[in-house]
Amino acid sequence: MTPRIASAAVALLLLAVPLAGTVMDEPWLITLATRVAILGMAGVGLNLVLGYGGMVSLGHAAYFGIGGYVAGVLAHHALEGDPVLLWPVMLGGTDSMIVIWLVAIVSGALLALLIGCLSLRTSGVYFIMITLAFAQMIYYFTISWPAYGGEDGLPIYLRNSLFGLDTMDPMTFFLIVFAVLVVVICLVSMVVRARFGLALNAVRQNETRVRSVGIGGFRVRLVAFVMSGAITALAGALFVDLNRFVSPSMLSWHTSGEIMVFVILGGVARLWGPIAGAALYVFLEQVLGSMTDHWQFWVGLLLIVVVLHARGGIMGFASGQRSDDG
Amino acid sequence: MMPATLVAEQVLNGLQFGVMLFLMSAGLTLVFGVMGLINLAHGSLYMIGAFACAAVVSLTGSFWLGLAASLAAAAAAGALVEMTLMRRLYQRGHLDQVLVTFALILVFSEGTRWIFGAFPLYLDIPPSLAGTVALPGGLDYPLYRLVIIAAGLAVAAGLFQLVSRTRLGMRIRAGESDREMIAAIGVNIRALYTAVFALGAALAGFAGAVIGSITSVEVGMGEPVLILAFVVIVIGGIGSIKGALVGAILVGVTDTMGRLLLPALFGTFLEPADAAATGASLASMLIYLLMALILFFRPGGLFGKVA
Amino acid sequence: MRALVTPVAALVLCAASVTASADGLKVGMITTLSGGGSALGVDVRDGFMLALDQSERSDIEVVIEDDQRKPEIAVQIADKMVQSDNVDVLTGIIWSNLAIAVVPSVVRQGKFYLSPNAGPSKLAGEGCHENYFNVAWQNDNLHEAAGGHANDAGFTNSFILAPNYPAGHDALTGYKRFFTGEIEAEVYTELGQTDYAAEIAQIRASDADSVFFFLPGGMGISFMKQYAGSGVDLPVVGPAFSFDQGILNAVGEAALGVRNTSQWSKDLDNATNQAFVASFQEAYGRLPSLYASQGFDTANLLISALDKADVSDTQAFREALRAADFSSVRGDFMFGPNHHPVQDIYVREVIMEGGVLTNRIVSLALEDHADAYAGECSM
Repeated sequence: MTPRIASAAVALLLLAVPLAGTVMDEPWLITLATRVAILGMAGVGLNLVLGYGGMVSLGHAAYFGIGGYVAGVLAHHALEGDPVLLWPVMLGGTDSMIVIWLVAIVSGALLALLIGCLSLRTSGVYFIMITLAFAQMIYYFTISWPAYGGEDGLPIYLRNSLFGLDTMDPMTFFLIVFAVLVVVICLVSMVVRARFGLALNAVRQNETRVRSVGIGGFRVRLVAFVMSGAITALAGALFVDLNRFVSPSMLSWHTSGEIMVFVILGGVARLWGPIAGAALYVFLEQVLGSMTDHWQFWVGLLLIVVVLHARGGIMGFASGQRSDDG
Repeated sequence: MMPATLVAEQVLNGLQFGVMLFLMSAGLTLVFGVMGLINLAHGSLYMIGAFACAAVVSLTGSFWLGLAASLAAAAAAGALVEMTLMRRLYQRGHLDQVLVTFALILVFSEGTRWIFGAFPLYLDIPPSLAGTVALPGGLDYPLYRLVIIAAGLAVAAGLFQLVSRTRLGMRIRAGESDREMIAAIGVNIRALYTAVFALGAALAGFAGAVIGSITSVEVGMGEPVLILAFVVIVIGGIGSIKGALVGAILVGVTDTMGRLLLPALFGTFLEPADAAATGASLASMLIYLLMALILFFRPGGLFGKVA
Repeated sequence: MRALVTPVAALVLCAASVTASADGLKVGMITTLSGGGSALGVDVRDGFMLALDQSERSDIEVVIEDDQRKPEIAVQIADKMVQSDNVDVLTGIIWSNLAIAVVPSVVRQGKFYLSPNAGPSKLAGEGCHENYFNVAWQNDNLHEAAGGHANDAGFTNSFILAPNYPAGHDALTGYKRFFTGEIEAEVYTELGQTDYAAEIAQIRASDADSVFFFLPGGMGISFMKQYAGSGVDLPVVGPAFSFDQGILNAVGEAALGVRNTSQWSKDLDNATNQAFVASFQEAYGRLPSLYASQGFDTANLLISALDKADVSDTQAFREALRAADFSSVRGDFMFGPNHHPVQDIYVREVIMEGGVLTNRIVSLALEDHADAYAGECSM
């Protein structure tokens, strides 16, 4: 299989599962597929910096979480009918998905800009630890800040609305998520193929040489980092709509680790890789989890084997070639 | 106005917390400095030390045997992990190291729960170290915590000696500066790496047993400590043992004093309940802000070589 | 069950039509079986299943799923149980944050929810629901009882502390609601904190005559061990969570003599309880915990309702649950107007019994105690 066919196979499989769920009258399968699509989208965001840019961020839960809190807080205020802000401008809540997505994207981008400015001055292990530490700081903040439920989290009861569609219907919501995912992947695909993507790839491989031809390595990496944060935040907003609930657990460092696992299981620097990775993870969780309470033990072992012996991940395996990145 | 004994006691508490963080950070920073390896599973070694100590104490009744067991178990687990897995990762990027060690956390945590069950284990300080000591100024301070401070500082001194004076230390320093060179002059680099990894693991296991005696011995106990240890070595400069010591004490004292002073500060203009909650919220973020501040001015940390 | 037009209403209809099994019922249990805090979930499950085994009924089917203590996983399992498994009744959740995530949605879809542990105030007051029954306690109850006990013990000035999260805030509020003395200081600690030296130093420097704390799980173990070694000897009161059977062994002798409040104790003198303690020990080889007792009562409540009404007759089944016509290990048990317990809460003391740390009842803290939110509930 060529990479292109492997990607198409993943996309079709992701569509087929909820269809099968509808035919077999198992709406749960639709929910699972929706979850895969959303977690995969978070992975697509991370993949942009990790796979294409070579920046190992262990703090993407922060963007996932901030997107989630944007959705939760805006919907909460819409439900309660009180404004989010009175000063300096009057700002009300909303249950419009479009508005929520935009706010989530902007918030994720701004947070990534802030964290990126500090952490991208470093590289390697510093970068890993600093992204982790900042995510952890926000995690502790959301736990202890009482206004939006703290550790308890914030329920929103109903999904937000989009063009008058019935978003509570599992299939409708899945199709919304799938459409957003396709758009995101197309955009990422354009970005990595454009001149910017080439510059990003060059920066990953040899920063000094790039700098000598006049491209600012820092600026290229920062732009990629901001885009990545925005995509992961969008996934976070959708995740909250899926569960009708947001809580600090979205921000825990295990979430950061899991998003990274999706990218690796699927295959680094492959557009649909994170979706394949998330699908495998959710599949293992469901199958192993039904067999043993200690399923995480086996997932851990499997992950070690994949990293040591199957570095291309699922997509690399399916397309019979290894990813060009380690 | 706060009584002076309270402030003094908190400084001691901060020092004790910092010394404990140093034991964790030293292993991490050593392993990074020598092998260039980032080990997320370092917290699991801390947990293994505590569980080994608790298990041996419940079998034999002797805390000191338990302490020895914690060193042995963590060092053995470290050596085993190094020989089976880490060895394959030195030439790989940090990404693979992060993933494998993240996976190891899942394996160790769930495996420990499998063996020992989900309830926390019992582990207490030895009777000979129980009780308090009267310090000058009318302060009664727990003897055990004083012993932790002393033991931690002794370990720090021992480590400096080891690195600067011994043959092993010479090889460690050589390995830090030039890995190919040291292999070329005939040092068994595999054995050296295993020894360094086991040494770092033993320090973590020691910390786990010592701290487990006054906290709760449970699965997942190592993870919060691991993240603090990261903050410590980022502040101190990765690879620097001196940096780890300074960073650990800085983080320990900042955190402890922040938790005391911030609620009190907010108490001057907020209701007590609000002040307590707001102050505690900000105190939990304080060390990360400290890290951001230091990074802003010194991206390589206080004693780091390169950023 | 394809076209869910107006979601909530349609799901209610579906629930009534699809799951109308003439006899028997299907229970979905969502609880924490792996990861941190799984000890509590395992005990609730074991207590629940013990009661079902003893009833020898074959018409109750139980689906058990592990929520990993993650709210989003719990929500997804609830969706699955409602959408695919067609359960009639859900139960099992240990943590308040997970309950808040799951319960409002499932009861609005026409399912019953019986809470064997969590009782957040959000679900007791304005957020109450006719299909939601709490078989354990409202979260504030044990803290309120601790406040009441502090008055009886003659304390006049308390130092109080809890983790900085909603249940921690509720705990201190609950204590203050009943304690009539002064509050020397209230301190919020970090969630998951393991070192309490700083707080103990503040206690040492204070003029308090008593300490109240709510630090569930490992936090309480750490606090008690460090407190016992600190030389501070003010009396400590707390809710049962840090002194219950599962955790007591890990706290060790530091806990000896500590007073704690609970609606249940293994030495409660009634036949149901004695039989429960003996049979639990026989079945699982360990002493039952508070959580096991709550799981046991939850199952027996469910069985009593099924004896009276078919679950497809929602109205009648709800009435049967509300009657609480079962023999509780706590002795008297009834529901208040918001479907939360009205029950006695006791003061227990940690003792050593045959080489094992356990509790015995020393007095009654609050009699027929209801929660503070019942008035806000209209159903």
